[in-house]
Amino acid sequence: MPKLTMVQAINLALHQEMERDESVLVMGQDVGVNGGVFRVTDGLGDKFGSDRAIDAPLAEGAIIGTAIGMAMNGLKPVAEMQFSGFSYLSIPQLEGNGARMRTRSRGQFTVPMVMRMPYGGGVRALEHHSESKETYYAHTPGMKTVIPSTPKAAYHLLLAAIRDPDPVVFMEPKHSYRAFKEEVDDNGEAWELGKARTVQEGTDLTVISWGAMLHRTEKVVEQLSEDRNASIELIDLQTIYPMDGATIAKSVMKTGRCVIVQEAQKTLGPASEIISIINDKALMYLEAPVKRVTGYDVIMPYFARENQYVPTIGRIKRAIEETLDFE
Amino acid sequence: MPSKVYARFSVSYMQVLDEDGKVDSKLEPSVSDDELLKLYRVMLTSRRLDERMLKLQRQGRLGTLPVCVGQEAVSAAAALAMAEDDWFVGAYRELAGRVMRGEALVKPMMVYNGMEEGNMTEGMKNVTPVAIILASQIPHAVGIAYAIKIRGEKNAVVSFNGDGSTSEGDWHEALNFAATWQTPNVFVVQNNHWAISTPLSKQMHNRSIAQRGIAYDMESIQVDGNDPLAVYKATKEALDRAKKGEGPTLIEALTYRMLMHTTADDPKKYRKEDEVEEWVKRDPITRFRTYLGNKKLWNAKKDEALEAEIKGEIDAAVKEFESISKVRMDEPFDYIFGEKEEIIEEQRQEFLDDLRKDKEDA
Repeated sequence: MPKLTMVQAINLALHQEMERDESVLVMGQDVGVNGGVFRVTDGLGDKFGSDRAIDAPLAEGAIIGTAIGMAMNGLKPVAEMQFSGFSYLSIPQLEGNGARMRTRSRGQFTVPMVMRMPYGGGVRALEHHSESKETYYAHTPGMKTVIPSTPKAAYHLLLAAIRDPDPVVFMEPKHSYRAFKEEVDDNGEAWELGKARTVQEGTDLTVISWGAMLHRTEKVVEQLSEDRNASIELIDLQTIYPMDGATIAKSVMKTGRCVIVQEAQKTLGPASEIISIINDKALMYLEAPVKRVTGYDVIMPYFARENQYVPTIGRIKRAIEETLDFE
Repeated sequence: MPSKVYARFSVSYMQVLDEDGKVDSKLEPSVSDDELLKLYRVMLTSRRLDERMLKLQRQGRLGTLPVCVGQEAVSAAAALAMAEDDWFVGAYRELAGRVMRGEALVKPMMVYNGMEEGNMTEGMKNVTPVAIILASQIPHAVGIAYAIKIRGEKNAVVSFNGDGSTSEGDWHEALNFAATWQTPNVFVVQNNHWAISTPLSKQMHNRSIAQRGIAYDMESIQVDGNDPLAVYKATKEALDRAKKGEGPTLIEALTYRMLMHTTADDPKKYRKEDEVEEWVKRDPITRFRTYLGNKKLWNAKKDEALEAEIKGEIDAAVKEFESISKVRMDEPFDYIFGEKEEIIEEQRQEFLDDLRKDKEDA
């Protein structure tokens, strides 16, 4: 099994799926000749030609709008938004049409497409290049929002997203693009969307995270498990919508304690929904209040301040310890 | 009803100073010697500042930044044609124009080192902050101009965007509004031929961007954007019309992005060096220096002195930049709303507590 970075794993999934299925194509800005600004689509232009690795004119709205049309007529476009901060021009099309077409046409027209894009902080970039706005997309009925946290998950989940019969927003934590490698079994298997992944089983406390925060949280969990001899269960949410309430509830019913680590701003982030699920399904099992470690309700600052505005290792550690110690 | 030609249109092109610095005296605009020298100084300052920032970036002292090398004439000459209270609504490749409007040289370094403080425009009037989302500032330029129009004020708005941005809906929608409302707008498009790796040929089928203005029945012209006199003349005439209530103008300035899109980009991956070489011959600064020399306004000795002076100014700006050792970490909470909100203040307190605990734990 090859050890790959997340960029390489996504690239591999695209190569394999375009080879397997002629209706799959990639489109976006700089995705063809240049291979994408993060090199995620590298080599696709050379291998599949400019008809299937499309360097589009510069218009996010039209990229997504034409992708919807392509999908309505038998293609499976994987459209790239160069940064999630530029993707909001896609919302009129996704919210107004992409997510509604199945309902509007009573299933006559469907939109099997993927909008993939890097998101999140940590790369010392300019304005609009660092935010986590998964809620915008997860809050639109009719489409799915997926966030992989590791190279392996990125590979299997992207295959699932492309094969899914409905629009999928696939958000890639750019901080994790090249941060670490992982063995990826390139077997072409799609993981099921809407399922969380239990990274590590435990009985004392459940920690839930996703995206770049998962990797950071995992390190804290490893350290605390050892230092405090605690049995911590770590869950990678993987799909923001439809959210895997069953896995969350089952884990919290077992541990009675839960900490959620979310890079996005505090108000109405996915953590709010997780807490509601716990309230609905596992409230009586709780032995401590559920804690969330999140960003803040401010505009993501430029990088001189950015690091302090995403959950720090210290904040994650303190939240877990306080929740473990709560009596 | 017989078939007939409903209307015919043409697009004109203007160059005042040719590639060898020879001036067309019939087109030469009337600009004072002081202003010509100021224009040269600003273009050179912008070039040297870009070069220095590029070095700082490569040393890890600045983050990702866009450079404007080769495009100085467009925004500098347009800004020279503007009155002090005319609005300057830029994107992110107008360093020279911003310097012309009085931006302190330390400011861009602050922005590209991740500090919002660099967007503070002390000493400048009616200059909007760098806009990164492409063409998103162009509708604002029309709204600003609309306010000027209905209040009967005498100033106007000059906005800037690139060739790639003209594919955005915002750009077309803004031009239609401006034409319909006949607002005092001048839309300067810096056609530098590349949108990161996307050449014009993949961006549009049009032979010019200027002709897009014709679709909105707007005065439109294409100029040599590496010719500061052509940019100055076109902008001045457009501003005069705008201020007389004769509506907006589209100016397509042909220029070239001589270096990378931003420091995160490698143009070798997608464009040929020969093409760049061709444009180096059309460098706006070299051309303008020849013109000034021909007018007996400039010589090698003066050039040497100016280079030293600019180096001194940039050195001082770098020194100032490097003396800023700290930023106040909770400042983003100050600017989220005009009035204090409990939810924000509560989060600020949590933030400050965590900041303190993080420091204690470190």
